[in-house]
Amino acid sequence: MLRTRFRRLAAAAAVAVIGLGALTACGAGDDDEATSGPAKLRFLSLAWQKESLQVNKDLVAKWNAEHPDIQVEYVQGDWNSVHDQLLTSFEGGDAPDIVHYEASAIGEFSKQGYLADLSDLVSDDLKGQIDKGIWDTATVDGKVTGVPFLLESQVVIANKKLLDAAGVAVPPADGGWTWDEFQANAQKLTKPGQYGAAWALKSPTNRVLNLALNYDGKFFYGDGGRTEVKVGDAEKEIPKRIHDMLYTAKSASPEALGMSGADTLPGFFGGKYAMLPGSVSLRQQMVEQAPAGFEWVTLPPVKGLSTKQAANPQTLSISEDSKHKKQAAQFLEYFLNPTNMAALAKGDWLVPTGKQANEELVKLTAGKQGWDVAADSAADLTVAPFQQADGYPEWKTKYATPALQQYFANKITLDQLATQLVDGGKQVLR
Amino acid sequence: MFGKPSRTSRTLQYLALAGYLIFLGFPLVWLLSTAFKPPRELVRLHPTLIPDNPTVQNFVQAFTEQELGRAALNSLQVSLASAVLTVLVAMPASYALARFRSKLGTAALGWVLLSQLFPFVLLIIPIFLVLRQVGLANTHAGLVLIYVVWALPFALWMLQGFVRNIPRELEEAASVDGATRVQVLRRVVFPLLAPGLVATALFSFISAWNEFFFALVLIKTPELATLPVALARFVGIEGTARLGPLAAGSLLATLPSLIFFAFMQRRLSSGSLAGAVKG
Repeated sequence: MLRTRFRRLAAAAAVAVIGLGALTACGAGDDDEATSGPAKLRFLSLAWQKESLQVNKDLVAKWNAEHPDIQVEYVQGDWNSVHDQLLTSFEGGDAPDIVHYEASAIGEFSKQGYLADLSDLVSDDLKGQIDKGIWDTATVDGKVTGVPFLLESQVVIANKKLLDAAGVAVPPADGGWTWDEFQANAQKLTKPGQYGAAWALKSPTNRVLNLALNYDGKFFYGDGGRTEVKVGDAEKEIPKRIHDMLYTAKSASPEALGMSGADTLPGFFGGKYAMLPGSVSLRQQMVEQAPAGFEWVTLPPVKGLSTKQAANPQTLSISEDSKHKKQAAQFLEYFLNPTNMAALAKGDWLVPTGKQANEELVKLTAGKQGWDVAADSAADLTVAPFQQADGYPEWKTKYATPALQQYFANKITLDQLATQLVDGGKQVLR
Repeated sequence: MFGKPSRTSRTLQYLALAGYLIFLGFPLVWLLSTAFKPPRELVRLHPTLIPDNPTVQNFVQAFTEQELGRAALNSLQVSLASAVLTVLVAMPASYALARFRSKLGTAALGWVLLSQLFPFVLLIIPIFLVLRQVGLANTHAGLVLIYVVWALPFALWMLQGFVRNIPRELEEAASVDGATRVQVLRRVVFPLLAPGLVATALFSFISAWNEFFFALVLIKTPELATLPVALARFVGIEGTARLGPLAAGSLLATLPSLIFFAFMQRRLSSGSLAGAVKG
């Protein structure tokens, strides 16, 4: 009996050792890139929606079929861990050639010298397709660190039947409500068991700072090379209006405060909330998950002094260490041509940065499912001061998010919120 | 010494046990339910436990988009190899630590414990550089090596506890009966250590099966990705997830651990020592 057990253990050990040897063989040699043959590019993509994933894979396959001398390997990453993945890849000297990420995050990598300057690598044609304000979001110290290609804007998704029942007319795509109108309509849509709006504010900072631009609220001010946080009337306007909806007018649901955008959908589909201020990409969930017969409509961004919002486009960058930068740039030109960019934007339900791509997309969709509103919203997206501030991520995590959460939970006053945001800025900004 | 429990107290015990089982099992049941729900049933205001229109579409999507089958096979290979190698290395080391106490052994145990305090992110870049130097970056072998090293400290602590529970008198008695040192180890210590070895193997297997960060950073080739890395791809910006395929994939990911545990759990019973030494 004992002998049998011992034999089994020995056999298991042998299997493990042999297996380990076999496993070594599985992946060995991948680091040694052949000096001859086609250029091999690794493309780390963050596409994750079903349609978007398919478009990405199809475009890569098509490129590979048409360009036997430049072969692209599609590698899918994920948004939650991409920062650590990239950081370790860059530090370890084994980064992908082409990197998909977002404008606000690639600046840090660029400053550390990990990303190539694309100024001379991409064509004037591609440069001309995208507005300067959008290029600015991906430009760090004069270096173009990525090609911005997909934009997200804040719109309002509404339950059409509830709007009709309350006698609230849907505004045209190019003429949204003012904040006063939005608040008044939310009030009209509020009745027992139903709130006019649901503000999903689990992560409130980006959202508040984006919308603050409606009233020219900048939060981050440069002063002789030093950046500081200031919270004046312009910065206070958006938090105050949301707070009023929650606790004075009671036209926004307090229970949605701890939710992320998608968490509000059951309540929205159930008729509990009439309007969801949220990203244009929420439209996808409407199409996929709304119950049969549910009518929804996309309302344009709400207007303060303007409808400006911060643009934080998704970007494609090229690693500084890539041995094939020119070939990578060729792939980017192909991948982001107007037709392909429109297809990528459609797959992710986002707005393409390219003007021609935007027009093609509206034509392709006949403006339905909110594509007309999405296209118009791109005009008011611009670089915001907080996106250029070095200490912003730390300020956001340590100070802004907790302070805003407390304010929206009615635990502190607006002045206390302002003090905490300013004091936090003094701790982390240089 | 203790009286027979009354019917009421027995009923209460069963009720408490049933409540505990429901508490433990509910996430798994909910996962099962979610995995079979079509998209429109996932975001209802009043969700149902049993899907109205059950579908296997989530499984189809999970497998076709992310090649979960291959990822699961990769995870299985890596986890089994890690479990076996961890046990093989930990067994003699833990015996030596438990039986031959010395200052060096105590210091080694202290170091083993201390090594657990280093955060992953601090180690990952040096580990990556070393593995690349020896040609093991982007290989399952490299990943197994890391998992074995990572699991060893806890495995050593766990196993040396099991070794200490084996009475020395049994080994001495076997020696007196003429058994050689190797025979004592093979015929007395090893069988009695079996539950400990099973527990150690389980621990190593499950920790390797669930590990995400090292697999994410060390493996570059899509074909070599492990299951947790493949599953993470169903989660998008700011925690938004594609719930259906994610639930389907996660359900499949829990099965091997459950099956492995079901096969091994009998071995965990440590009743084999009962009556071995008479006082």
